[in-house]
Amino acid sequence: MAETTYRDAIRGALLEEMRRDERVLVLGEEVGVWGGSYAVTRGLHEEFGSRRIIDTPIAEAEFVGAAVGMAMGGLRPVVELMTINFALVAMDQIVNNAAKIHYMFGGQIRVPMVMRMAAGWGQLGATHSQTFEGWFAHVPGLIVVMPATPYDAKGLLKSAIRSDNPVVFIEHSRLYGMKGEVPEGEYLLPFGESDIKRQGKDVTIVTWSRMLQVSLAAAETLTKEGIECEVIDLRTLRPLDMAPVFASVEKTHRALVVEEGWTTAGMGAEIAARISRERFDSLDAPVERLGQIEVPVPYAKNLEALMFPDEARVVEAVRKLVA
Amino acid sequence: MAVEKGEALDWYRKMVLIRRFEEQAEGEYGKGRIGGFLHLYIGEEAIAVGAMAALDPDDDVFTHYRDHGYLLARDIDPKAVMAELFGKSTGVSKGRGGSMHMADVQRHLWGGYAIVGGHIPLAAGMAFANRYLGRSSVVACFLGEGGTNIGTFYAGLNLAAVWKLPLVVIVENNHYAMGSPVERVSAVREIYRKACAFDMPGVQVDGNDVLAVRNVVRERVAVARAGGGPQLIEALTYRFRGHSMGDPQRYRTREEVETAKAGDPIIRWRHAILEGGLATEGDLRKSEAAVEADVDEAIRYALDSPAPEAGEIDRDVLVAEERGHG
Repeated sequence: MAETTYRDAIRGALLEEMRRDERVLVLGEEVGVWGGSYAVTRGLHEEFGSRRIIDTPIAEAEFVGAAVGMAMGGLRPVVELMTINFALVAMDQIVNNAAKIHYMFGGQIRVPMVMRMAAGWGQLGATHSQTFEGWFAHVPGLIVVMPATPYDAKGLLKSAIRSDNPVVFIEHSRLYGMKGEVPEGEYLLPFGESDIKRQGKDVTIVTWSRMLQVSLAAAETLTKEGIECEVIDLRTLRPLDMAPVFASVEKTHRALVVEEGWTTAGMGAEIAARISRERFDSLDAPVERLGQIEVPVPYAKNLEALMFPDEARVVEAVRKLVA
Repeated sequence: MAVEKGEALDWYRKMVLIRRFEEQAEGEYGKGRIGGFLHLYIGEEAIAVGAMAALDPDDDVFTHYRDHGYLLARDIDPKAVMAELFGKSTGVSKGRGGSMHMADVQRHLWGGYAIVGGHIPLAAGMAFANRYLGRSSVVACFLGEGGTNIGTFYAGLNLAAVWKLPLVVIVENNHYAMGSPVERVSAVREIYRKACAFDMPGVQVDGNDVLAVRNVVRERVAVARAGGGPQLIEALTYRFRGHSMGDPQRYRTREEVETAKAGDPIIRWRHAILEGGLATEGDLRKSEAAVEADVDEAIRYALDSPAPEAGEIDRDVLVAEERGHG
C-alpha cells in the first residue's frame, strides 16, 4: 500500500471515475485552470478540458441547481462548493430540489450528484469556519458522507459518484495534507458502515471527520493511564450505522461523542439519544458530548484555539467518564 | 392565418379543457376533496397552449407551481392530473406531489416547482445535459413575473448566457405577484428588458393571443436550438382568479378584473377561428361538449382511484442501491 494524502486520495477518486464514465463532470468555482481553492482538482483540467471541468460564476445556488438539472438530464455532476459555509447560499437547491425531487414526483426522476465541500477553519473568522454536517444529516433524501482518512475518502467518494442519489460529501480543510495508506487498485466503500478505528474495553468514543484524528491521539495518551478507548468512526452520517456503537457500549458501558460543531441540536445529540434509547440498560453513565464552544468562531489565534475539542479536552472528558 | 383547422381546434380544445378542468377543481376544492394550495391558471391558458404547440415532444419543460395548465397543454391525461389533485395513487406524482408538484417525465415535463425561481437553475442544467449528451432538445422554463425579482432568475440566466445554453425562459406577466403589482416589486416594469443584463434577446408578446404566443415561442426556440443561446420571452396576461383559493383580492378592483375579462384568450381565439373560417360554431360546440365529458370523467376517475397505500410512505426517498456498489 502506498502513502497518499487525503487531497490526493480525493483527486484519485475523481480521476478514476471521470476516466471510467463520460457522464461524470466537475463544476464549481475555480475548479479548472486554478485547480480548486484547496488544490483538489489540480491537473484535472489538463486531462479533461473545459468540457468536463467547468468553472462557474460565484453563484452557489445557481450552479448547484444547474447540477441538479444536469443529474436529472442523465449526467453525474460532482459540484465543488469550496467550503461548507457557501452551501448555505445553495441550501434551497440542496434541500428542496436535490433531496426531494425523487420522492416528490413519485419516483420518476433521479438526481445522481455529489456535492463536495470542505469544513474546517484556520483564522478565517465566523463566516468561514463552520461545521454543520447535522443540517444536511437532518434531511431525508440526502446521503451525507464525512470521511476522516485518505482511504475512506477515496472509497466513499467513488461510491458517491456511482450512487444514483444526491450525496453531500464533506471534506475537511485541515485533513487535506494528512497521509494514510491507500491501495493501488480500485476499491469502493459502502455508505452506512461505521468503522471501528481502535479497539478498547473501557470507553466508546463516537466521532467522524477530523475529530477522529483528535480522538485517536487522545486514546493513545489514555492507554498509558490504563484506559482503553474504543474509537468508532461513523464515516456516513446519513445513513447512520449505529450497530457497532451499540455493540461497543454493551462492552464499555460508557460513551462519549466528539464532534467539531456546536453541540446544541447537533449530530452528537442524535447519537446520544439513540444510544440512550437502545442501550439504556448497558450504560453506567449518561452519554457525554464534546463539541465546539457555542459562539461564532473568532479570528484571533488564541481565541480560535479555544474553540474546538482538542486532545487534552477529549482526554479530560474520558477521565471524567470513567471516574 | 398560418394555422390549420386541426391545429386551431386543438388549441381551442386545450384552452377550454384547462378552463373547465380548473373550474371543476375549484368546486372540488370547495367540497374538501382537494387540499392545500390550489393556484388556478384561468385567464392565462393561451400561454401554455401556444408555447407547447411550438415545442417538439422531446423538448423539456420546467414550470412553476401554477402548473396544471402546462400538463394539460402537454397532452398529459387529465385523469392523472385530477387524481394528483385528489391525492390519489393514480396521480401523475402518485399523490405525493399535489397541485404544485406535478411531473410526467414520459412527456418531458420535469415538474412544477413551488419555491419561486428555484427551478430556473434546474432548467439551465437540463439544457446543459442536452447539449453535452448531443440531444437537440431545447428547454422551456416558465415562471411568473414575480419570479423575476429573485436571485436565481438573475444568476440563473447569467449562467445560461455564459454557457450559451439552449434555454427559452417564458415569463408570464399576469401583473400580480400574489397581491403585489409589478411596479411595486420590480424596478423594471417591462420584464423582457431584464434580458439586456445578460446580453440575451428579450421579446414581449400578447400572452392572451395563442397564435402570437406560438409564433414567438417557435421563433425563439429555433434560435436557441440553432446555438443562439438562451432567450427571454415576456407574455402579457391577466389572472382572472385569486392567487390561490381564499385570496380576498383586496389588491385590485372588481372593475379591473371585469375589464381584463374582455380580453379572455378563449373568447378571442373563438372569434379568430370563426372569423378566419377555420371552423364552424358547431365544431366549437362539439369540442366544448367533449371537454365537459373529459373533465367529468377525470373527476370520476379521481374519486374512484385508491389513495396511496400506507406502505408507500417511505418509498422512493432514496434510489435503492446495492451495498458497496459492487
